[in-house]
Amino acid sequence: MQPLLSAHDLHVSYGAVKAVRGVNFEIRQGEIVAFLGANGAGKSSIMNAITGLVPTSSGQVKFEGRDITGAAPETLAPSGLTLSPEGRRVFGTLSVADNLRMGAFALNDKAALETAYKRVYDLFPILLERKDQYAGTLSGGQQQMLAVGRALMSNPRVLLLDEPSLGLAPLIVDQIFDLILKLRDQGVTLLVVEQNVAKTLQVADRAYVLVNGAVVEQGKPAELTASGTMQDAYLGAN
Amino acid sequence: MDIFLQQTVNALALGGTYALLALGLAVVFSIMGLINFAHGELMTIAGYVLMYCGIAGVSFVVAVPLALMASVIAAVLMERIAFRPVRNGSGATMLVTSFAVAMILQVLFQNLISTRSQPVLLPAMLSDSVHIAGMVIGVNKLAAIIATVVMLVFLDWFMKHQKTGIAMRAAAEDFAVARLMGIRANTVIAGAFALSGLLAGVAAVLWVSQRASVDPLMGFMPVLKAFIAAILGGLGSLRGAVAGGFLLGFIEIYLSAFLPPEMQEFREPIGLGIVVLVLLFRPNGLIPSATLKAEKV
Ligand SMILES: Nc1ncnc2c1ncn2[C@@H]1O[C@H](COP(=O)(O)OP(=O)(O)OP(=O)(O)O)[C@@H](O)[C@H]1O
Ligand SMILES: [Mg+2]
Repeated sequence: MQPLLSAHDLHVSYGAVKAVRGVNFEIRQGEIVAFLGANGAGKSSIMNAITGLVPTSSGQVKFEGRDITGAAPETLAPSGLTLSPEGRRVFGTLSVADNLRMGAFALNDKAALETAYKRVYDLFPILLERKDQYAGTLSGGQQQMLAVGRALMSNPRVLLLDEPSLGLAPLIVDQIFDLILKLRDQGVTLLVVEQNVAKTLQVADRAYVLVNGAVVEQGKPAELTASGTMQDAYLGAN
Repeated sequence: MDIFLQQTVNALALGGTYALLALGLAVVFSIMGLINFAHGELMTIAGYVLMYCGIAGVSFVVAVPLALMASVIAAVLMERIAFRPVRNGSGATMLVTSFAVAMILQVLFQNLISTRSQPVLLPAMLSDSVHIAGMVIGVNKLAAIIATVVMLVFLDWFMKHQKTGIAMRAAAEDFAVARLMGIRANTVIAGAFALSGLLAGVAAVLWVSQRASVDPLMGFMPVLKAFIAAILGGLGSLRGAVAGGFLLGFIEIYLSAFLPPEMQEFREPIGLGIVVLVLLFRPNGLIPSATLKAEKV
């Protein structure tokens, strides 16, 4: 089967800093795939390069067989691929409801928009309660929920989550992982970056382990835990 | 007291015009980080449309929408031709580009139209005055105040309730993430320019209504004032631009009305002195932009 999202020899640099060096991956329809690695391993850089937030220096990214390398970021959400970026990045001067509305920017059908709102408010009832409040006045955890909710508003077929549980209380963290499974059941393919490795390995079908911008190992969670590469990756060994 | 109220009406009329111009600068700045000094030439274009309409015998009621349309189209073309190629350039690059655009347009006006000031035919009604609460108020002043209020209400509604307006606010805060949401960069930027063109057009109609003439450099002074107003209010903040515009209008009118005659020649430096004083106490302006403040922390 053709992968839904794939990268070939992906490189990302910030000036002299080479953050991603020749990464390959393939994500198939319906999978939950995790990217693991220590701080600075290049996880966010990969996600940002896929969605055009940072430029790709070389290599290729394909979505549904189409080359999306260097595509204008605004074309991706309407075609079914979106990212909940690291550090929330909600629009602080917009209300919660307007943040969600922007998440569904490409959606013009009123009924579809209502369904999207309902889905997010059902997942995070606190957002409904705070819908007219400025997003900047939400607590950190609430902002994180808003960031995930905003990404869901576009009804993505592939959803990239960059540290969705950062700063959330343990109960809500469990909720996020439940959500990941629930979304998969709804047919969403997920690419997840998380600090909580144990929980991530519980939900992921496969994972890629990154060290210094390169994939050092990949496989099913059980294989990775057995091999010991993981510990090295997190200790920052080469 | 009467004279004070009278001058307050004048201050509202002038301040409103500054507010509209400062808003036009702020809308573009908040999204692109560009201070468009060619904003004044949009005013001049609208002014010339009014002039030609007067010559052609087109009624003022038709001339005004034509003038607004002209400045909107000119603003969108300006973005498309001059600013899009330097969009990812530094602030300085864009600033210099805007100076170049302003100068090119001024030279074109001088060579294609006239170097001298041209009279603009206005409806006689505009120079009438009405009596309200013991005051004699010029119809043009009243029209300026009403037009400003209408524009501010419209803009507030647009930015708060229209999808494009909300998208413009989102883009002003985090352009990259706004694009990630599917908000097209070109649409938002062209929209900001169109809006700034509309604001410049309305300001031009008000400006010309007070003077009944137009010249190639007409836009320069008011836009310089609007730039000061935008800084006074907090660069990039829309509410700040309005507050700054009105405050500057009040400072100028009150100084010219109440400063003793022997000090009148120092009016401008005293006015700017007050602006600097305000900025000393509020370095980020009266109502700083939330986004810019956040970046500094
Ligand atoms: N805008 C930038 N400019 C310069 N260097 C950057 C930039 N963004 C990231 N880097 C560098 O690129 C490397 C990879 O960063 P990246 O954010 O992708 O790591 P990460 O795996 O997401 O880390 P974390 O787990 O801390 O989020 C790091 O060395 C980082 O310092
Ligand atoms: Mg990261």
